[in-house]
Amino acid sequence: MARSIKKGPYIDHNLDGKIQTMNSGKVKKAVIKTWSRRSTITPDFVGHTFMVHTGNKFVPVYVTEYMVGHKLGEFAPTRHFKAHSGVKKEDAGG
Amino acid sequence: MARIAGVDLPKNKRGEIGLTYIYGIGLSTAKRILNKAGISTDKKVHDWKDDELTAIRNIITNEIKVEGALRSEVQMNIKRLLDINCYRGQRHRKGLPVRGQRTKTNSRTRKGKRRTVAGKKKAPKK
Repeated sequence: MARSIKKGPYIDHNLDGKIQTMNSGKVKKAVIKTWSRRSTITPDFVGHTFMVHTGNKFVPVYVTEYMVGHKLGEFAPTRHFKAHSGVKKEDAGG
Repeated sequence: MARIAGVDLPKNKRGEIGLTYIYGIGLSTAKRILNKAGISTDKKVHDWKDDELTAIRNIITNEIKVEGALRSEVQMNIKRLLDINCYRGQRHRKGLPVRGQRTKTNSRTRKGKRRTVAGKKKAPKK
């Protein structure tokens, strides 16, 4: 079931705070390291770069306006499928 | 011959079914259109009068996105997902199910015909 509109988009509290202070211009823009894959990208996020945790390492995600409404985690895959062992030729679709 | 939105409608079918031959119009949309035009849903396509046909055509062109416009909208939505490189976009790119379905078995619609992998053994016990 989708989240109630009444509540608004979910953003982790500390992440929201960081974005607000950066956008207010008091602090210099910097890459934000975050574990909060579940946070929704709001228009405030556009133009920032996030290092999103994948459980293993941090993946840089530069937020553009088309990404608004998605979650940060959608841009940092947690599974890395290389190829099956013993399979030399694998289609791009495989 | 009734021609709406560049599609020839089958003339021997009931109006509500005939309209579903247009991409973007299903049964419920077809019923809504006919209700709005004041035409019985049971009336066959070849029984439509010219003014009835015009009424249907007007409703479709003014209120509903069909055929080419709709197809391009769907393609644009997919392209957006591909461009922002999100999870759903990656699934589209790989031709795998997008909405979290299992891929161990099934999902043949997305993956296409089975391609047998050479040298793949039956699950070894360990």
